[in-house]
Amino acid sequence: MLRNALIAAGVTTALLAAGPASAAEKKVIAVSIPAADHGWTAGVVYHANAAAKEINKAFPGIEVVVKTSPSASAQVSAIEDMSATRKMDALVILPHSSEELTTPVKTIKEKGTFITVVDRGLNDPHIQDLYVAGDNIAVGFNTAKFLVEKMGGKGNLVVLRGIPTVIDDERIKGFQDGIKGSDLKILDIQYANWNSDEAFKLMQDYLAKYPQIDAVWANDDDMLLGVLEAIKQSGRKDIKFALGGNGMKEIIEKVKAGDAMTPVETPYPPSMIKTAIYLTAAHFAGHAPVRGALKLDAPLITKDNAEEYYFPDSPF
Amino acid sequence: MADVATAPPRAQHNWSIGWGDAGPFLALAALVAIGYLINPDFLSANNIANVVTRSAFIAIIAIGATFVISSGGLDLSVGSMAAFITGVMILFMNTVAPNVGTAAIPLGMAVALVTGIACGLLNGTIVTVGRIEPFIATLGTMGIFRALITYMTDGGTVAIDRSLRDAYRPVYFGDVLGVPIPILVSLAVAVVAAYVLYRTRYGRRCVAVGANEDVARYSGISVTRVRITAYVIQGACVAIAAICYVPRLGAATPTTGLLWELQVITAVVIGGTALRGGRGRVWGTVAGAVILEFIANLMVLSDFVSEYLVAAVQGVIIIIAMLIQRMSKR
Repeated sequence: MLRNALIAAGVTTALLAAGPASAAEKKVIAVSIPAADHGWTAGVVYHANAAAKEINKAFPGIEVVVKTSPSASAQVSAIEDMSATRKMDALVILPHSSEELTTPVKTIKEKGTFITVVDRGLNDPHIQDLYVAGDNIAVGFNTAKFLVEKMGGKGNLVVLRGIPTVIDDERIKGFQDGIKGSDLKILDIQYANWNSDEAFKLMQDYLAKYPQIDAVWANDDDMLLGVLEAIKQSGRKDIKFALGGNGMKEIIEKVKAGDAMTPVETPYPPSMIKTAIYLTAAHFAGHAPVRGALKLDAPLITKDNAEEYYFPDSPF
Repeated sequence: MADVATAPPRAQHNWSIGWGDAGPFLALAALVAIGYLINPDFLSANNIANVVTRSAFIAIIAIGATFVISSGGLDLSVGSMAAFITGVMILFMNTVAPNVGTAAIPLGMAVALVTGIACGLLNGTIVTVGRIEPFIATLGTMGIFRALITYMTDGGTVAIDRSLRDAYRPVYFGDVLGVPIPILVSLAVAVVAAYVLYRTRYGRRCVAVGANEDVARYSGISVTRVRITAYVIQGACVAIAAICYVPRLGAATPTTGLLWELQVITAVVIGGTALRGGRGRVWGTVAGAVILEFIANLMVLSDFVSEYLVAAVQGVIIIIAMLIQRMSKR
């Protein structure tokens, strides 16, 4: 097996050496991600660019190229253009939508490109060589478990959910599973579209409607910012916890500072794109086997481990 | 030169509200009554203050839109413009704060106003001098303003400097004799706007241009100047709304003001202004903005609407409000 690999490597090297520009030929890793249109995608762009810079510097044999696209159709065009105009040894892609990107990525795969899929899976998992994602169910579940434990298993909750998508559904499902069996009661659950302003209004309305709220969960940190402002304005003292999710730096700062109302956070880190790019680079530079699926945990971020998830220079 | 200013205005609606204009207020009253029946907490002083304060941004922007729409124009860029002005204002204040301290706040307000007026001037010039349909022209600037705020924030958030945060907070959260400041600001804007639209030469010209552009031109009105001025008023109103908005969450993001343009147009039309132009109702617009916010509030306070159907029920209520408004006119 090793012999075969060595022979193959030898043959490949010989073949490459035979090519005209091969001596300096670099392995190209193309990274295709959504353009920054809100906090989380802005974080993805930041971490992708950071990874590209670090890897290009550390491994002279590898070139990482980052391309952002504002929509699914623009992303299809972008990867088609990249594969048509240059040699692409690997494609790291965070798809805008699973449906539209599956076929175009498959076409690129058939040319022999190594495919790394991040966050949103494609419709056909056989296309990917490597899959890196966070755990949305755990985001909800771990938050719920924390509340159950800290509140002695009983109390009144209100929940703010995002935009109707799989991500939102999974987080809510995880949360509902997490409080199952306890006496924590969800008084109300409404959409606030992952938007601070809408969350501010919704929280004001929750406060007007319910005289006793023990804890609030907004399934994203943008919304949590609006929630905290509404609580502050109301002057209400009954709310013991207001938690979010995703790992926005403003919220991590609160956790680091030991905030009483927001003592923990659950990550769904945009830095997972960096993990994916590094692993893909390892495939070429380190000759390390990386094919498979990697699901990042969503452990509770507390004061003790907050530093690991804190990126002061990131926009998110 | 014939001057419409000397001719009696088409409809003799002064500040007294005739029955024909009572529609939006009847719809508002009906909504309040229904709200009380659904949940008595609806009429608690706290809830009313919260909701009316929240409606202030849309109300102020919609007052400006009343001028644009009654002059026969349209402005789809107001939501993005609000976000853009918010971003410019915060970045400016953060830059000068280390040197001037809390004086950065009034300076920032001035910068916001200038920016808003410049944005309005841009829209007005493209529409009139460039002779581009308002829908398309402002769709273009809507994209431009939205992209600029995304660029300024790197797609994330720009937050106001901590040293200014507490000093600026009262502009949204404070009150005078129990009345929240944003409500006072929107009332002041409405009083000035009602005076300009109903009592000045400019207001009558604005409506005349919207009613019939050619007739207005033959009467010696500079249609271009009237239209541009309407867009400038719109820009100034967006800036005033942004000034009240910044202290609420203290940040600008690429999703700030998203889809506000649709709420603004809805508020203006519920208020009795004709979408085709030729008729403007400032106080109706204010009522329209409050109605929209009340509807959203009621959706949360009532228990019988599934979270999945909220938008549908809101749509139905808006249509019913329009019908009440229409029928009261007969």
